[in-house]
Order: sequence, then C-alpha cells, then structure tokens
Amino acid sequence: MEIFGIPTQALFGQLLIGLINGSFYALLSLGLAVIFGLLNIINFTHGAQYMMGAFCAYFLFTRLGIGYWWALAIAPLAVGLVGMVIERLMLARLYKLDHLYGLLLTFGLALIIQGLFPNEYGTSEIPYAMPQELSGGRNLGFMFLPNYRAWVILASIVMCLATWFVIEKTRLGSYLRAATENPALVQAFGINVPRMITLTYGFGVALAAFAGVMAAPIYQVNPLMGADLIIVVFAVVVIGGMGSIMGSIVTGFALGLIEGLTKVFYPEASNTVIFIIMAIVLMIKPAGLFGTQR
Amino acid sequence: MSEAALLSVAGLNAWYGESHVLHGVEFEVPRGEVVTLLGRNGVGKTTTLKAIMGMVARREGSIRFDGTQIIALPSDRIARLGVAFCPEERGVFASLNVYENLLLPPEVRPGGLTVEQVFELFPNLKERLASQGTKLSGGEQQMLAIGRILRTGARLLLLDEPTEGLAPVIVQQIGHIISRLKAEGFTILLVEQNFRFASRVADRHYVMESGRMVDMIPNAELESNLEKVHEYLGV
Ligand SMILES: Nc1ncnc2c1ncn2[C@@H]1O[C@H](COP(=O)(O)OP(=O)(O)OP(=O)(O)O)[C@@H](O)[C@H]1O
Ligand SMILES: [Mg+2]
Repeated sequence: MEIFGIPTQALFGQLLIGLINGSFYALLSLGLAVIFGLLNIINFTHGAQYMMGAFCAYFLFTRLGIGYWWALAIAPLAVGLVGMVIERLMLARLYKLDHLYGLLLTFGLALIIQGLFPNEYGTSEIPYAMPQELSGGRNLGFMFLPNYRAWVILASIVMCLATWFVIEKTRLGSYLRAATENPALVQAFGINVPRMITLTYGFGVALAAFAGVMAAPIYQVNPLMGADLIIVVFAVVVIGGMGSIMGSIVTGFALGLIEGLTKVFYPEASNTVIFIIMAIVLMIKPAGLFGTQR
Repeated sequence: MSEAALLSVAGLNAWYGESHVLHGVEFEVPRGEVVTLLGRNGVGKTTTLKAIMGMVARREGSIRFDGTQIIALPSDRIARLGVAFCPEERGVFASLNVYENLLLPPEVRPGGLTVEQVFELFPNLKERLASQGTKLSGGEQQMLAIGRILRTGARLLLLDEPTEGLAPVIVQQIGHIISRLKAEGFTILLVEQNFRFASRVADRHYVMESGRMVDMIPNAELESNLEKVHEYLGV
C-alpha cells in the first residue's frame, strides 16, 4: 500500500515518531508555560531537569532495584523538590529584577547540572530497560505499533489535559490564573502567593522529570539529552506563544507531527523545519500563535 | 487610643523605593463606623490603605487591627485576620469569568455573605456570571470588586474610591449598599474625593495632605466646615 508514492508503513512509522517527539515537546513546553506564567522566568534549567528525571530513574533501578513504574512517581517528586529548593534559595531573589537575570541564572544552573553528570558517568549513553508489561507491540494492519510508544503518547496526552483542566477549570487554577495577572492583589485576599509560586515551579519541573523518565527507555540516558531537546522545545514555545497552556500542548504535538512528515517528504529539512516555522511565526505574529503580548 | 477602635494607626511611614510617601499618619476607625479619607490627588490615600493591607514593601510605625499589631505581617496573613481590600483600579481579573472572580477571595472567617446574598445586593452580576470579568461595564466591575470581598467574612473593608468615574445612579446604589453594610455590622474605611457622597454615608472624615493626617471632622460638623473642606480638597 502506498500514499503519495510513500509506503504506508514508512509514512505511519514517521508519523508515530513525530507523535512521540511531539509528546515530549508538549510536556516540556507545557512545564515552561506554567512556570513562565506565574514566575515570569524562562526556565533554561528545564532540559537539565528532564535529564535529571531520566538519571533518577536509572539510579533508582541500578542502586535500589526500583523499577519503571515507581520511578515514574518518585523521580518527578524528587526532581520537583530539588526545583523547589532552587526556587526558594535562588529564583525568589530575582523576581524584582529584569527577566534577564532569571534567564541567566537558570542557564548557568543548567550548565552546572549538566557538568556534574559527565564527570562521574561519561557522556556515553546508558541503556535503561523498558518496563516488561509494555514490551512488544501490536500489528494495526497498516503499521506496527510498539506498546511502549503507545503508552508514551497516551500518558503525555492525559498528563497535558489534566494539567490544562486543573489550571482552566478548578478553584486552584483560578488562583493561579489570577496570581499570574496580579499577584499582590491575590495575596491581599489571603492566599499565600510565595508558596504557590514555589509549588508551581516544583510542578513545572516535575513535568520535565516525568518526561525524562518516559524518555529513558527510548532515547537512552545521557547528561546532554536535555540540552539537545530543549533547544527545539524553546522553538516550540516561541511558536505557540509564551504562557498559553493549551497553546503549548497543541503546538507541541503539531510540531512533532510536522517534523515527522518532513522526514517522509523532504528529509533534508527535517532537522530545521521547526526553526523555519519559528522564523515565519516571529515575522507574522511575534507573540506566537496562541500568545498575547505583555 | 479608645478601646472601641477596630483599627488604629499611629506614626505610619511608607516608602516606594527611595520616595517617602507617608509621614507619620495617625487615625483610627471605631468598630461599626464608616470612616472616610479625604484629600487631593497624590496625598497618599491609596498608599495608606495599601500599607494597612501590607502591600507597600517598606512601612514603619504601628497598625493595630482588633488589638493585633499587623505592621510587619505579610498581606495574606493580614487578610486572614479579617481585613479586605477593594482597589481603586478594581482589580477584576481578565482571565477569570465573573463567577470565578466572585469566588476568588477565600473565606477567612465565618459570617460572610453567601453568594445568594451578594446577588441580592448586586442583581446585575447574576446575569453575567459566565462573562469574562473585564467585559463588564465599569459600574458592574465595581460591584463585582465589592461583592467578592463581602463573601470572605472580613470585618474591616478598605474601599478605595468605589464611586470614581461612575454614573450618578450607580453612585447612589453604592451609597445604599454601604449604608446597608454598615447596618449589618461591617466597619468600613472609605477613600473618597467626592465628599458629598462621603457625607451621606460616613460617621467621620479624616483629611490628608502630602502624606500626613491634617484634620478630623465628625460628619455632623461637616456642613459647618464646608469652606475648610473645600480648601483641603481644592474644589
Ligand atoms: N507604585 C508607586 N511607586 C512610586 N510612587 C508611587 C507609587 N504609587 C504612588 N506613588 C506616589 O505616592 C504618592 C501618593 O500616592 P497615592 O496613590 O497614595 O495617592 P492618592 O491620595 O491615592 O491619590 P489619588 O487620589 O490620585 O488616587 C504620589 O505622589 C504618587 O505619585
Ligand atoms: Mg488613590
């Protein structure tokens, strides 16, 4: 079977890879959007925190024999906690200053964190075993779908939509949205805004670590795994628009798919297509597709 | 200082960065009264309310609410003691609909109005619940800004120019509501430039000039002091 002269197996195979990449783009850009919304900081440490999630899963397994499913819960909590300490001790001192300082601090932190891992473990990739329940796959007729990849897509869609629901539809989310607009007034209503900021940063970081654990069995674990990915994610964020929750989710998945399609039809451009789209969006709509200027 | 005062402020100084805005402000708000702060633009009325609410970063002096010293508390702790603030710019949130705006301030103590009672005071709001907060008219936004703090159970309301820029009918409606709130036992500190309006609702008036309290006029004596008031306010 062929579509546009391309064998369907190859086409759907690339679309699947696109969706997988899109799942990670969506989870990571969602975390960045949540953090940027409330803290007004572009969290350059995000890629390093994603990598920490993957390493955390790896250490849990090799040192303590704790497997994938527990790691999926423990790693985000642990890395999120480290994030909250970073917020309390460092980021909290910068809110009164220009955005640029937060960006510089988180960028520096990313370099430091990435530097800590190679010293001990080298930059070579470490294999991390897939959970047994999800090995294998199923034949859908038009393509072969590995179970683990289906799980990654499903889990990230559920996680993204749950986050969107909490922020847009619940009481807690209304505190968050209001504090994004006017934190001083929300605090004057009796809400502990500094604590909310700490928890929000911790949550955004935990999302990155969650993505890192899910990435460990497919991308393999290495100290720079986040640094490579995060460059693309920042392009995704620029395209979607900073601070828009649904925007970052939709853009993440869509750009993963577009990247996959480019691999099928014009492979030479597959590594640059997202950046080309970013340049075009910046020219036409500088605030991003879903963003508002502020 | 009288025992009856719910709020007493003494020697209050406040700064924005290097600029010293309040210079030893002193006044009190007796329990159950409506008290206004009068004064020209820029004399420090809003800053006084914000300092009470803990929203001015650098402040010194004494602010006692119901006997508790609150000068050094963060604003969320002050709110939880039972003080609520309705800002001059109204502070209706654009990313929240009317209902979410109304429910935003958490209940800090028992005894606040129910949502139904708020709708009784402001029937307009009930028809606009799903609208984006900032899509309301100026008057409706003011009602929302007042209505949402009545739910919280706060006993001291700080209202910053609630009638500013509103049509006479709405000003009148807000006047009725303030009188009703007083009758229900709320204590209100009201910033006003419109002293005609103030004279209809308030028990006493404090006058501010360049960061200082310069006079206190009981409402009963307002009429006989009109000339002085005109001079203070430059009208
Ligand atoms: N955020 C701020 N930063 C610096 N200066 C400020 C700030 N807010 C107010 N000021 C200054 O502090 C002084 C008092 O301002 P404030 O807003 O308290 O006056 P006001 O009496 O409420 O005036 P109005 O009647 O116009 O509302 C003014 O000189 C004003 O310029
Ligand atoms: Mg003012």
